[in-house]
Amino acid sequence: MSASIIAENLVKTYGGGKDENAVRALDGLSLTVEEGTVLSLLGPNGSGKTTTVRVLSTLLRPDSGRATVAGIDVLAHPQQVREIIGLSGQYAAVDETLTGWDNLIMFGRLYHLSGRGAKARADELLEKFSLTDAAKRPIKTYSGGMRRRLDLAASLIVKPKVLFLDEPTTGLDPRGRQEMWEVINELVKGGVTLLLTTQYLEEADQLADEIVVIDQGHVIAKGTADSLKKDVGGERLEISVAAEQRSEVRRIVERITQSAATEDAGVHKVSVAAPGGTSTLIETLRELDAAGIHPLDIALKRPSLDDVFLALTGHIAEENLETTANAKPKRGKR
Amino acid sequence: MKDALIITKRQLLQLFRVPEVLIFSTIQPVMFVLLFRYVFGGAINTPGVDYVQLLMPGIFVQTVAFTVAGTALGLAEDMQKGLIDRFRSLPIARSAVVVGRTLGDATLNVVVLVVMAITGLLVGWRPSSSIFEILAGFLLLLIFGYAMSWMGVLVGLSVRDSRVANSVVFLFVFPMTFLSNAFAPTTGMPRPLQYVAEWNPVSTMVAGVRDLFGLEPMFGATANSFPSQNPLVMSLVYIALLMVIFIPLSVRKYKNVSPK
Ligand SMILES: Nc1ncnc2c1ncn2[C@@H]1O[C@H](COP(=O)(O)OP(=O)(O)OP(=O)(O)O)[C@@H](O)[C@H]1O
Ligand SMILES: [Mg+2]
Repeated sequence: MSASIIAENLVKTYGGGKDENAVRALDGLSLTVEEGTVLSLLGPNGSGKTTTVRVLSTLLRPDSGRATVAGIDVLAHPQQVREIIGLSGQYAAVDETLTGWDNLIMFGRLYHLSGRGAKARADELLEKFSLTDAAKRPIKTYSGGMRRRLDLAASLIVKPKVLFLDEPTTGLDPRGRQEMWEVINELVKGGVTLLLTTQYLEEADQLADEIVVIDQGHVIAKGTADSLKKDVGGERLEISVAAEQRSEVRRIVERITQSAATEDAGVHKVSVAAPGGTSTLIETLRELDAAGIHPLDIALKRPSLDDVFLALTGHIAEENLETTANAKPKRGKR
Repeated sequence: MKDALIITKRQLLQLFRVPEVLIFSTIQPVMFVLLFRYVFGGAINTPGVDYVQLLMPGIFVQTVAFTVAGTALGLAEDMQKGLIDRFRSLPIARSAVVVGRTLGDATLNVVVLVVMAITGLLVGWRPSSSIFEILAGFLLLLIFGYAMSWMGVLVGLSVRDSRVANSVVFLFVFPMTFLSNAFAPTTGMPRPLQYVAEWNPVSTMVAGVRDLFGLEPMFGATANSFPSQNPLVMSLVYIALLMVIFIPLSVRKYKNVSPK
């Protein structure tokens, strides 16, 4: 195996050097993606995900640093890089007034397929992304999920070696997200090297071989989904009980999990790391029942992106509010 | 070049898919012809010639000058939609998208000019020169429109927002077309404005086209200035200037552009 994407010390500042408002979007970011694997770039709003993708896909020149894609220097030979990459940006970028078919033909021709070749490929892709029925309708009439799929289809026209997907599921409903995941998984089986950005740990978990967490333009952690979750502390058990029973509950869970629990007086909650997952939950319920305690609420919480950030940086990411709002699998922005 | 034509084709396909755009972009100039012919025409005194003969070249020039708006709007919209990003990630020439767009807008101008000419003929416009001169007049109009289109590329890629593009262009092009000899003699203007109007590329274009259509080049020219004496030469100089300035700037802008 060899590295397919290499970024070394990328720096990009928007808005001029001395300017008060200058934003250091990338602050010495480095990463490596092995050929045929999936790397997920995880980070909150404004952490530099899109900027990274734009640099690697030749759209933006960094102020300093080096990058290669499939062994080709991105800064020295951007045109050669463009031949072998596919890019699907954060927002679907297709011509809204044209039909799905028109769009795919146009992009096919721009990738220098013959007229017949472009048509065949368009048919194939529409079929694969279940858009055949909508092929002759203007994109304007497509749902968010359909748009996203067409956008992805357009980036696959020439079977890219390296694919960049910027937040491919943001704004999709749970079903759309599921469908997108299936499509992406299939692509990965086909051997493509994929760099994908996301705000959701769960998504990174589902799709990625390796996760790189970034904040404020640099890498703050990397590893597999499992190793990151271990860093964060894995699942937690949260129990809401009446105030007078809190200390007893605490004793019980600490005995079961063999680790220290915390009490949150404000919301009457006892919280403890639960590496055993559901079995810990069941055991706890049983013991509570035996002790005659009936909690108001009991839940197993998987670590959220917030928890990852808390654990990794010791502070809640700056734009935390928006991140939490988006982290729920419901229609996000757009 | 082939890539550019694909972009042009896409734009024409858009017109086909959303015919309203084409209809509105022709209705407006046609309305102008009728308004000026019948509403203002009576109030404007042009001894010796029928107003409509003078008017038509003026409206032709105004219409092609507004290509700057069409181009700027189209590109700003593509920018907003992220399409420019996608095009820039494709292995095509850096100039293909903007060349394709300007060619598309030029094609649209051909259609609009034909419709306007027919309207003109219906309301009494009768160019009196030879067919070759008339065709040369239209060619000049198209080339001027094409040059203006490149200015639109720079504006569209710079403002990156179709609403802003719209207001920027209108703030600039409307005064430019009215501060000219296109609709009324410049003799009624205060003296300093007359000089501005005389050097205005719109005026030299209007005068040049009138010349090619068999009319006195300038009406109401006050000074014996160079542009009013040589409107065709001046027009070609302006066209060349527009292209020399805006083509390289636009292509460079496209290379480095990024969305807001
Ligand atoms: N064109 C631009 N001009 C000025 N600042 C920019 C520009 N693009 C991005 N930035 C700034 O750079 C930083 C990184 O932005 P980037 O878009 O890479 O973040 P992101 O991780 O993709 O965020 P999101 O999750 O919101 O898409 C942000 O602070 C952003 O405000
Ligand atoms: Mg982004």
